[in-house]
Formats: sequence, C-alpha cells, structure tokens
Amino acid sequence: MSENKALYHIYLAIYLAGAIEMAYDYSSEENLAVITVIGADRPGIVAGITQVLARHNVNIVDIAQTVVRGVFSMVMIVDLSTGDIDLPRLREELVAKGRELRVEVSVNHIAVFRAMQRV
Amino acid sequence: MPRIFAPEEIREVIEMLLFQDLDIRSVTLGISVQECASRSVYDVVECVKGKVSSYAQRLVRAVDRVENKYGVRIVTKRIALTPLSLLLEPIAVQGLEKAFEAGVEVARAVDSVARASSIDYVGGYAAFVHKGFTPGDSAVIESFPQALAETQTVASMVNLASTYTGINVDAVNIVAKKVLELAHRIPRGIGCTRFTAMANAPEDNPFIPGAHHGLGEPEAVVNVAVSGPGVIEAVIKRLGTGIDMRTLHDYVKRAAFKITRLGELIGREVAREIGVKFGIVDLSLAPSPKVGDSVAKILEAMGLEVAGAPGSIAALYILVDAVKKGGAMATSSIGGLSGAFIPVSEDWGMTQAAMRGAITVDRLEAMMSVCNTGIDMVAIPGDTPPEMIAALILDVMAVAIALDKALGVRVIPVPGAKPGDVVDFGGLLGTTVVMSIPKYDVKQFVSRGGLIPPSIKRLDKG
Repeated sequence: MSENKALYHIYLAIYLAGAIEMAYDYSSEENLAVITVIGADRPGIVAGITQVLARHNVNIVDIAQTVVRGVFSMVMIVDLSTGDIDLPRLREELVAKGRELRVEVSVNHIAVFRAMQRV
Repeated sequence: MPRIFAPEEIREVIEMLLFQDLDIRSVTLGISVQECASRSVYDVVECVKGKVSSYAQRLVRAVDRVENKYGVRIVTKRIALTPLSLLLEPIAVQGLEKAFEAGVEVARAVDSVARASSIDYVGGYAAFVHKGFTPGDSAVIESFPQALAETQTVASMVNLASTYTGINVDAVNIVAKKVLELAHRIPRGIGCTRFTAMANAPEDNPFIPGAHHGLGEPEAVVNVAVSGPGVIEAVIKRLGTGIDMRTLHDYVKRAAFKITRLGELIGREVAREIGVKFGIVDLSLAPSPKVGDSVAKILEAMGLEVAGAPGSIAALYILVDAVKKGGAMATSSIGGLSGAFIPVSEDWGMTQAAMRGAITVDRLEAMMSVCNTGIDMVAIPGDTPPEMIAALILDVMAVAIALDKALGVRVIPVPGAKPGDVVDFGGLLGTTVVMSIPKYDVKQFVSRGGLIPPSIKRLDKG
C-alpha cells in the first residue's frame, strides 16, 4: 500500500513537472536579463550590485554565488518588468558599478542563453 | 520553481562571449537595386545611392539596438547589392567606356554613403561570366580595379566557373591581368583584399568580397556570419589529449550548435528591427588576426604541431563536418559558404604557420578539398606573371566544379615584395608573409582560352 502511494506521488510529480513545462510561457522572458559578476573576492560586491537593482526596483528571480580560490562569481536572473530602467541603461550602470568594485560585470538578455543552451 | 538555467550554463555562455571572442562577424543586409537599371548614368547613380542610404541608416540603428539589448558584439555591418553588371547593361550597350565610368561613379557614390553611415563594406561590384560575357559584365571586369582603387568600402567578385557550365578560361585570363592591375594601384596591393574570383558563388553569401544580392533573393534580406574559432579551440583544449576522434567531433558539433544559434537569434532580431526578411546564417567560423580567434589553432589544439602538417586535412575535415552537423541542427536557415575559413593573413595561426613554411599554396590547395576557402588572403610577389595567377585560379575553379562546391581565389600580389617578406594590411586584414609561387612556364596552357566543359554532374539535371 505504502509502495503504491509512493508511486502515486512520483507519477504526480512527473505530471506536474510536465504541466509546468507546458504552461511555461517563453514570451514572459522578454523582460528577463542575466547578470554575471566575476572578480577577486572582497566585501561589498553583492551589496554594491543589488543596490543598483533595488534603486531601479528590478526584481531578482534567481541568484547563485560561489567563491573558488579567491575568485568571486555571481550569476543572477532579474526581471525588468517591475523596474524603471531598460536593459542597455541597466548594463551601463552595472558596468560602472563593477569598475568601482573592480569586478567584471556583464548583462545579457535571457534569449541569448535560451538560444544557446536549449534545443 | 526550478532554475531556468544552471549557473554553469550561464557561465559557459559568458566565457564564450567575454574570453573566447564569440561574436557576430557580420550582419549583411542584401538589397535589390534591380529597379535602378537605366540608360542614364545620373539616374543609376542617384537611384542606387538613395536606396543604399535609406537602408544603411536603418541597418546601423537596428544593429546598435540589438547589440545593446542582447549584449553580443556585432563586429561589422555590410551591405550586399544586386550584381552591378545588370545595372550597367543599358549603359554598356551605348559604349563600354561610358559603362566603365558609370560603374566607377556608382562605386564612389556608394562608398561615400557607406563611410558616412559607418557601413564597413558594400559588396556587389560583381559579374557572373562562367559561360560568357554580356556588355555589362565586361564593364564590371574592366572597371573593378579603378572602382576599388578609388574607394575604401566597395568589394568586387567575378564568378568564373560553375559546376553546371564549366570554367570560362577567357574570363580567368582577363581577371588575372586585372588583379595585377589592381595590385599596383594601391600600396601593398591592398585593393586586392576586396576582390575575389569565385566558382559556384552563393547568392546569399554574407562574407566580403563574395557578398552580393542574388537574383533569387527578396527585395531586402538580412544574412549573418558568425565568428567563434576561439570557442572551438577552448572546447578541444579542455577535452585534453587522449580523447578519441568521435568524441572530439561530438564536442565540436555541440559547440558549433551553440555558436550558430547565437547567429540565428541576432540575425532574426536585426531583420525584425529593420522590418525585412531574415535570410540565412553562414555556418562558417570566421577567424580574425586576434590571438585566440584562429581556425589554424583549432587544428593545432587537436594535436598537430602546426597547421599545414600532415594530418591537417583530416583535422580540417573533422572541424568542417562537425560544424555543418551542429549548425544544421541549430538552424534551418543555412546558406552562404558554410564551411571553414582559412584566409591566411586574416587568421593569426595561419600566418604563423605560413611563416614556418608549413602553410604553402600547395597545402592550401589540398585543404580546400575539405573546406570552402580556396586560396584566400594569400600575399604573393608583385612580379608574379598574369599567366601564373590565371593558372592558380584555374586549379581552384577545377576543384570547385569537380567537387561541386563554392571556392574562391583572393591573392594579393604585393608590388616589390619577395617570398618571405612580411606585409601588414592593417586591422581585420592582418599581417602575413609573402608566399613563394613556382616559376614554371604555364603560358601555353592558359593561353588556349575558351571554355572548360561542365562537369558530368550537369547531366544529373537532365
């Protein structure tokens, strides 16, 4: 009985995952941008970058950050639809902030990653 | 909510864009100027100039917007026009001299528009003479040295052979003399970097100097060329030694898929911004003289000491085949030359290999059997006789029709230079070494003239 129940949950999970994938609307990605930050690790990098985003009311959808052998690396996906800034101007501000923090910042539209990393 | 992309996937793309020189080599806007054919020189010039000018502004605006939005570099902006020979026909029947002047005047007008709107090149000073000449064709062939010498952005192409009609040897002989004439008009023969003699020239080629807007094309169309040898080199280096050939091929194919997808995305977006059709992605990976942007270095990363060494043809075959298979999966809009480019001066690694003596004209001729280059961006002594240049062109044309593929010859006779001299063409054109050309007598052969008949493949068509 408990085995059946477990199977039921697995099937349900698979079904839901499929439904989420099917319901996923790629056009909603139009306002998503990917920010990457690479550089020598030091205090204040995350704060500096997120301050710029907060100032323009840009929402962080996903964030991942690592430090490997002193090299700081952060990847963020942000949603510009709530913000008051477009992608090229956000890039300008973040790149300027990156210069201040002595890290390399790049900002790309999410479509670049969708095109290159998905069949 | 599951992650949209794993951080590794994002980092991989960013590494390609930031550190491996992945960029869009060119967005080429093809424009039909067929309606500009006229008996009046003034009308032809004004019509072409007006059309190029309005499209040029739209192209530049669109490229800037797309570059800014996606964060992907677009290195050059180009325009490809209907072969000029067609526009000159009504004038050429009034006299070759008049058509000669008209051609040069169109070139000057287009050049001034292009330079004013920061368009890098305009292709289409072209003629198709693989079976014979019309008066307009003759006007283009007679005038291209002057047209290129008086301009900085205009590029020229003459199609001398096709699988289905054979090789026009008379045209080869004339073009060989014209290449030498052009070489002696600008220092270091640099005008010849904007001229190519071709076989089976594709109508939607985004690469200069072969780019033109073919007769089967719509009113206006965006074609895209990608660059990304650095990405492939990095992939192979990361794999390390001891990885078998099939696995190597597979990794190259996967990387080629990603590169091509980027090209298609950017091409479609630029086309949408301008409001014209999207045409094709040329799958070829265009190299540049920058360190880390070299096709030769890919062959070396595969395990050869130097490009040109025995094994190079197999290595190049693996690359081209994997690029085609990965690219074909990435886009259904394939076209252009879609092979691999090994232009000697434009590829840093090729030039280094040429300086070591590993890349010679003979090796290039062997390598062209598995790629779509031919003899490209090769500096030769300025005193090379026209018959020798004609013979070199004939060999490339023969391989092209025998293997039914597009190939070209872009040799640069450098006045006063001897084999081994180093010449710098500047910028994307690169630096290279003058190659030695055999001194045998070939005059009796090439001066026979006439047509070399079409390949037996012609009969497949009925």
